[in-house]
Amino acid sequence: MNFPEDLLYTESHEWVRDEGSQVVIGLTDYAQRQLKDIVYVELPEIGSEFKKGESMGVVESVKTVADVFSPVTGKVIETNGALKEHPEWINTDPYGKGWITRMEVRDKEELKGLLSSRDYQGSLSEE
Amino acid sequence: MRNIKDTGLIQEEPLIFELGRQGRRGYSLPRWDVKEAEPTDLIPSTLLREEWEGFPELSEVDVVRHFTRLSQWNYGVDSGFYPLGSCTMKYSPKVNEEVARWSGFAGVHPYQPEDLSQGILRLMYELEGFLAEITGMDHVSLQPAAGAHGELAGMMMIRAYLQARGERRKKVLVPDTAHGTNCSTSSIASYQMVEIKSNEKGVVGPEAVASEMDEEVAAIMVTNPNTLGLFEEHLKEIAEIVHRKGGFVYCDGANLNALMGIVKLGDLGVDVVHLNLHKTFSTPHGGGGPGAGPVAVKKGLAPYLPIPVVEKVGETYRLNEDRPQSIGKMKAFYGNFGVLLKAYAYILSMGSEGLRRVSEMAVLNANYLMKRLKGHYFLPYDRPCMHECVFTDRFQERFDVSTLDIAKRLIDYGFHPPTIYFPLVVKGAMMMEPTETESKQGLDRFIETMIEIAREAEENPELLRQAPQKVKVRRLDEVLAARKPKLKWTGEK
Repeated sequence: MNFPEDLLYTESHEWVRDEGSQVVIGLTDYAQRQLKDIVYVELPEIGSEFKKGESMGVVESVKTVADVFSPVTGKVIETNGALKEHPEWINTDPYGKGWITRMEVRDKEELKGLLSSRDYQGSLSEE
Repeated sequence: MRNIKDTGLIQEEPLIFELGRQGRRGYSLPRWDVKEAEPTDLIPSTLLREEWEGFPELSEVDVVRHFTRLSQWNYGVDSGFYPLGSCTMKYSPKVNEEVARWSGFAGVHPYQPEDLSQGILRLMYELEGFLAEITGMDHVSLQPAAGAHGELAGMMMIRAYLQARGERRKKVLVPDTAHGTNCSTSSIASYQMVEIKSNEKGVVGPEAVASEMDEEVAAIMVTNPNTLGLFEEHLKEIAEIVHRKGGFVYCDGANLNALMGIVKLGDLGVDVVHLNLHKTFSTPHGGGGPGAGPVAVKKGLAPYLPIPVVEKVGETYRLNEDRPQSIGKMKAFYGNFGVLLKAYAYILSMGSEGLRRVSEMAVLNANYLMKRLKGHYFLPYDRPCMHECVFTDRFQERFDVSTLDIAKRLIDYGFHPPTIYFPLVVKGAMMMEPTETESKQGLDRFIETMIEIAREAEENPELLRQAPQKVKVRRLDEVLAARKPKLKWTGEK
């Protein structure tokens, strides 16, 4: 499994790419493997605001349904609408075409609470 | 027939649209004694039905065979062991069906006047009394047509009660081991759902509720026994915590099959509970219904019950719609009467001792299954269960065999698989509910098969990955079916 060094991670298996005042969010390689084939993605509305840890969307696989939790507090400024047609991109390219939302971060300090690639992999071995 | 490929007696069956031949008929009419006319000459074209390309034309025997063959593909509780957990799928005694077909019941009409419907009304009145007695509640409405519908009725009553007192509460607490419908019910009733994590013993701890409970919370929705098949042993204490802050306790009674005659939910502080007659009370389950999800309440909520309410005045029964605080009608007329009737017949034929025995046997059977399979499959919550138990594929993971493979292999042995990958709090869950009617021999056959499958997983895992083999269709492409569903015949090949 692949966990790029330049991303941040949450214990609920989201990844976060820090792009200044904005972040891009998706599900990790581990999450997509656990969920197996994803068949449906429910995206948040653009402009909606979430607190850190709030459910911002839903991914549905043949096996199960899982929430996508907002890794930061902020506002959704863009979503990956193509996932409606191609939910499988979360499986095939979780860090690329499978991105889920782009958010404007309220407080950059919050990112310090996220996990590094190494810490995230450490947390996986405990599962 | 040309397009039927024989595979023994299990035949491929085309869609009915593919079976038709132009001009084939299932009827014959006598010779016309009026002059033949074209519909287009008599009826304005805007009112004429469009001709429909591909409408199947078949003879009577074509239709009968088609549907008979399809029915033979069914596997149900009448054909064999059906250990599907979380949704009690139990055998429905045929006497209930017999009673429901009596002409006095089958011929009844909803517009029949009250004085000609006294027997029907009495039956409903008495059934409400039985259900109130079994649950330890004060009043019952038989109207809701399904469990989730009963939940909604219950949450609407809670909301109406709070609104009448000028309280604007916003949240509903739902444990992570609840039924999925609880979350959607709270949301449809305009509440925000707050998830409560269950503790390491698989039940809701009072401290978890206390830390979320405040004056914003309208209710907690608890399923007892929960979806891990465990008894929520702190429910009474939880109810006190919720009541102290002015909230209500809603109990999802879908798992009542474990409790009848042993625990009265009302005694545990439950304010509202719905029952699934198509689970616990042995009315047929599945196929989309009809179901029945009566909702029972404590006195304080009675004014809000859906209308009409069956009342007994002297020796006569009547339907009362004059209840200004009611949440209104939940269903046309008065619920699915045929289903109510079967549940009534079931309760009477079992009697109070019989119902207690049902619950005892359901719990005993599940514990027997759990005890014998423990060691072969991983048991995440190793403690006595109620009417169902939950295993996982953890022991089989190292052979690269998953819950899905185990379930598919069971089909080769002629068993319906248990519920899989639910509850969501357990990874790779297999949830088994044998119910009370399974004999020890039947249980042993299933247990030995499960043990055999565990052995196969170790020695020949490919057998599981390739399962099922002895079926008409093997593994279906569930991914494609979910991503690109084809919901109706379009004529395209």
